[in-house]
Amino acid sequence: MYDKIRNNSQSLHHEPLLLLNWHDNCWFIVMHAIEKILAQASGKTHVSAGEIVTAEIDVAEVNDLYLQVVQSFYELGGTRVKFPDRTTFVFDHYSPAPTIKAADNHRKMREFCHAMGIEALFDIGKGVCHQVLIEHGFVSPGSLVVETDSHTTTLGALGAFGTGVGATDMALILRNGSLWFRVPEVMKIVIDGEPGPGVMAKDLILHIIGTLKQDCAIYKCVEFAGSTVSALPVEERLVLCNMSVEMGAKTAYIQPDDKTWDYLAQFGVRQARRSVITDPDFHYPEEYHFDAHAIEPSLALPGSVDNLAPVQEAEGIHVDQVFIGTCTGGRLNDIATAARILQGKKVAEGTRLIIIPASEEVFRQALARGYVQTLLESGAVFSTPGCGPCLGAHEGVIASGETCLTTSSRNFPGRMGSNDARIYVVSPATAAVSALFGTITDPRQVLPS
Amino acid sequence: MKIKASTIYCFGNNIDTDQIYPGRYLELTDHAEIGRHAMEGADPDFPRRFKKGGIIVAGSNFGCGSSREHAVITLKNIGVAAVLAKSFARIFYRNCINLALPAVMIPELDSFGLREGQLIDLDLAEGTLATGDKIFRFVPLPHDILELIEKGGVFALYKTPEAG
Repeated sequence: MYDKIRNNSQSLHHEPLLLLNWHDNCWFIVMHAIEKILAQASGKTHVSAGEIVTAEIDVAEVNDLYLQVVQSFYELGGTRVKFPDRTTFVFDHYSPAPTIKAADNHRKMREFCHAMGIEALFDIGKGVCHQVLIEHGFVSPGSLVVETDSHTTTLGALGAFGTGVGATDMALILRNGSLWFRVPEVMKIVIDGEPGPGVMAKDLILHIIGTLKQDCAIYKCVEFAGSTVSALPVEERLVLCNMSVEMGAKTAYIQPDDKTWDYLAQFGVRQARRSVITDPDFHYPEEYHFDAHAIEPSLALPGSVDNLAPVQEAEGIHVDQVFIGTCTGGRLNDIATAARILQGKKVAEGTRLIIIPASEEVFRQALARGYVQTLLESGAVFSTPGCGPCLGAHEGVIASGETCLTTSSRNFPGRMGSNDARIYVVSPATAAVSALFGTITDPRQVLPS
Repeated sequence: MKIKASTIYCFGNNIDTDQIYPGRYLELTDHAEIGRHAMEGADPDFPRRFKKGGIIVAGSNFGCGSSREHAVITLKNIGVAAVLAKSFARIFYRNCINLALPAVMIPELDSFGLREGQLIDLDLAEGTLATGDKIFRFVPLPHDILELIEKGGVFALYKTPEAG
């Protein structure tokens, strides 16, 4: 199903390989676009994989899981946030607050933003942090964006360097405006060919993770390229980069093109933070090729994201809950797909369908286009934009012994509720079709071939 | 930095942060409270059976999944002295260094043949692991990182309030 072209990746301790290029009457060091972003952000002319640099952060984001950021900030002797105008807070994981403790955490974070002069506080209901930052113009090609969330890799689909950190690293960013990074190796994944009916970006990435396994990209940047990726709408490209963290990736990348700029223009972004492009002679230590046409509607069986199976193999299993939402599978395209499938039909008796738009903006557009009405009439339940039950906190956690199909990204034991619940990660098309029948169903059963 | 006669607790590959610290406890902020739920997703009995000062031994990709720092806070607060794994997920690894939990990457860990409940001596600076009758060697953490861990993590670098 895939061809590995090269694998001579260097270990951590080897001297990085420097390639030189003759151009404009001088020698240039060959670099990848993401290396150029890190180099420029750390005031260097060049960097190479394995090197440690201290880079200034363009945009920092703290979400509401992380009151620890504030605690660590003060423990680090912080008195003022160095760049309040580059700092954002998004309340998404506990939105609106499900418990007194979560409400108290929100209150303390609001107070912190007020005290530090941080104006970009996106309170409850604005959406999941990555989508919110994109929609409010914080993400542009070439920018270095750090968030307290592992799925920050999502932003690579717009040519940004997006990476997640923990609370204390974020506290250091708030205090100092910068953080150290190890320049990652870049692993290239080329996808060519036209995907078959019922196959979405989610199926492609589940197939890739299931083939290469969940630790294949630890500490690396994963770049997606090829004719399939070029043909995908930006919303679908975001899914590929979002889930690259499930392979261990530090960041992801897709070279921006006209589609990227059209997508960003709707949010008022018309200029790159740094105009970067990978040098033509750049050497990829690892490169993998996939044929999209050969990939079927896929799912991750309960337990781990690389537990790959064709949807067909799991058909007939009863589903208690279907969840369509999150930074992986809650964008307009995902809700539109569900609406097309469920138009004029009803969710099966004995199955619950929960839909949570990834952002307020997605919710508004889904309303304007009639998707929300269609889905409500089919029996779906809508909830406040945010992360929802993805991390098992609220808005639809699952009981012991139940089976859940989710368009989110993770099915670790206990992730969405009980340790004894079974979670299948699927595409929005598979989720909607399975909600219709009440059992796991291949979307090709209802989609025209 | 030496750890003597420490009990080891063995786990497999891809132990994610939901297994280390389940999402349902993420709203907690008190470190002692966070410490009561260590490894509950992987083994609900772990907080009860764990002896303070023990060492976690795991396979590849330990700490994958979410960026939650609670995963390191819980291990530190229940008293885990070190985590040895074939490889670590990067955010978890960074969090360990920042919070001074020794996390040692030992790709050849399988060949040590370690068993659940075994007592080991660990010398982090020398890079040795002794099981009573055998001594194994591994690449130690860099000197600067060890020093940072000994001082209590990244907080030690910023003891005085910033100027201006």
